[in-house]
Amino acid sequence: MPQTVFAPWNDPDEKPLISFQGVTKRFGDFTAIDDITLGIYAREFFALLGPSGCGKTTLMRMLGGFETPSAGTILLAGQDIAPVPPNKRAVNMMFQSYALFPHLSVWDNIAFGLRREGRDKAAIAARVEEMLKLTRLEKFSHRKPHQISGGQRQRVALARSLAKAPKLLLLDEPLGALDRKLREETQFELMDIQEKTGTTFVIVTHDQEEAMTVASRVAVMDEGRLIQVATPDRIYETPDSVYVADFIGDVNIIEASARQSGDKVSLAWAEGQLPLIATTTKTFAPDQHCWLAIRPEKIAISAERPKAANALQGRILDIAYLGNISTYHVALPSGQVLKAQTANTRRIERRSFTWEDEVWISWTDTAGVLLDK
Amino acid sequence: MRRLSWFNVTSLTLGLAFLYLPMVVLVIYSFNASKLVTVWAGFSTRWYGELLHNEAFLDAAWVTLKVAVVSSTMATVLGTMAAYVLVRAGRFYGRTLFSGMIYAPLVMPEVITGLSLLLLFIGIGLDRGIFTIILAHTTFSMCYVSVVVSSRLVSFDRALEEAALDLGCTPFAAFRLVTLPIIAPAVIAGWLLAFTLSLDDLVIASFAAGPSATTLPIKIYSAVRLGVSPEINALSTIMIAIVTIGVITASLLTKRAAVRRNAEEHAADRA
Repeated sequence: MPQTVFAPWNDPDEKPLISFQGVTKRFGDFTAIDDITLGIYAREFFALLGPSGCGKTTLMRMLGGFETPSAGTILLAGQDIAPVPPNKRAVNMMFQSYALFPHLSVWDNIAFGLRREGRDKAAIAARVEEMLKLTRLEKFSHRKPHQISGGQRQRVALARSLAKAPKLLLLDEPLGALDRKLREETQFELMDIQEKTGTTFVIVTHDQEEAMTVASRVAVMDEGRLIQVATPDRIYETPDSVYVADFIGDVNIIEASARQSGDKVSLAWAEGQLPLIATTTKTFAPDQHCWLAIRPEKIAISAERPKAANALQGRILDIAYLGNISTYHVALPSGQVLKAQTANTRRIERRSFTWEDEVWISWTDTAGVLLDK
Repeated sequence: MRRLSWFNVTSLTLGLAFLYLPMVVLVIYSFNASKLVTVWAGFSTRWYGELLHNEAFLDAAWVTLKVAVVSSTMATVLGTMAAYVLVRAGRFYGRTLFSGMIYAPLVMPEVITGLSLLLLFIGIGLDRGIFTIILAHTTFSMCYVSVVVSSRLVSFDRALEEAALDLGCTPFAAFRLVTLPIIAPAVIAGWLLAFTLSLDDLVIASFAAGPSATTLPIKIYSAVRLGVSPEINALSTIMIAIVTIGVITASLLTKRAAVRRNAEEHAADRA
């Protein structure tokens, strides 16, 4: 059976549900959002990822109607939403603090938005029950928000924001207040609910693992700009800048000057050392300054010199044992330290290398990504 | 609980005695059987009975009650609105000036407030009576309400209002359905405070009152000038009781809300 991959952003006939066109937001002298153009498609789970203060929350609050752009337009299903107040938008938001109404029960919290629409009682009750079932909260419907746990509160907030069946759901750091284990479970729940309801989700997070787990596409932001927008695997495997490579996951960055022949590039990176070999689809001018980014798990570590395109000798400086994997910090004669990661498939007593061992580290010519910025 | 040292016990006793001895004396003498205020002649509730037949006092009491209820209600509405604007509107031009002006009457000598109100009433040709007393009391108790309510609003999570807007409320509906129920204890405490302030105010009321309406404190004050009667002691005792109940209720409401908020935050931390 042929599987159709969900990738509306590659389909030129597809119209985005939300479209930011040259949107800028200034607070006094401070530019929070700097000329952003972006399309988000229906049924996407779109993540805005970046360090705090990068403008991701402001971008989301503009969708919710709590901020208006200083310049540019935001279209939702083809309609300019700038003049539409929050209470008239087919958009709902799940707040970082959950913002549950403390004086209302779980049931009344979920029914709140439905009652504002003036639906009849039976329809409201049916919808609330449906939401309680979806979020597995049936048993807690009569409790007040302060009588349930953090994870349950998170689900109430989700149920409340989904109850009105919005075209678009905004999630502001929805899992920030949960502990790690609960957070991981909830991520899968979120994806599940997103699939079941078919709602478009936009999530704001500073946690790159969370963004990678849940999102169909990730937008990496910094200082009010979009740095890269791509699927999680593209962001990880082919970052287009040092910033993205460094922000997502662990990475070794080697500065070098390039000498290209075809798709192969020979990199002069340290005096008295053989050049490194990498492949690229980009074009580099002779002696152009560039950066080679290699993920630690793509670097192998061995006692003997291996037959790989790139092999360097070094000394183990540090070992970070994480249980399932170990990260070796290997100091090269040039003084640079590279990280190599191996899966701990054998028991720790039988580990092949230890501190101060002389080892070889190696990677293929396609393992790294060559970056020009 | 820590045990109190002798020094602490002594200072506490002296302080409390200084504050409450006069009132205790008054309350005791209100139960005196004798017509002579300073001569004890056994326990009696006779003066409380006589009070019920004193038309002038009952009239004044009725006026005082009406003034207190109406003015504290108006002060609560205005004070809550002012507090809401001050806390919510963020930095608008002249905010500091506005908040200063709201709180200035707290420290303004009452004589000056009363006098300026009197001049205003004469200036605009308003006949002095129960209506002017209500206006005057609203003016000076509004800032107390505003202080109580704004201290609650400062710790109010703004996201709650945004959530209400997000779920389809107009700004006014968000205030009515979400903000008001949550800050209600502070609003009620503010109302009780305004009520008791209005009940025992003499200075401002005497500027604003006219021949057509007199409040109880004014009545007592003028009666005392003709000599203290046990009846006045009884009346004062009743007023002390009402004010005490008002103040205690107000502080209990504020405290209970704070305790509950605390408990909720702890529950949130545990979760």
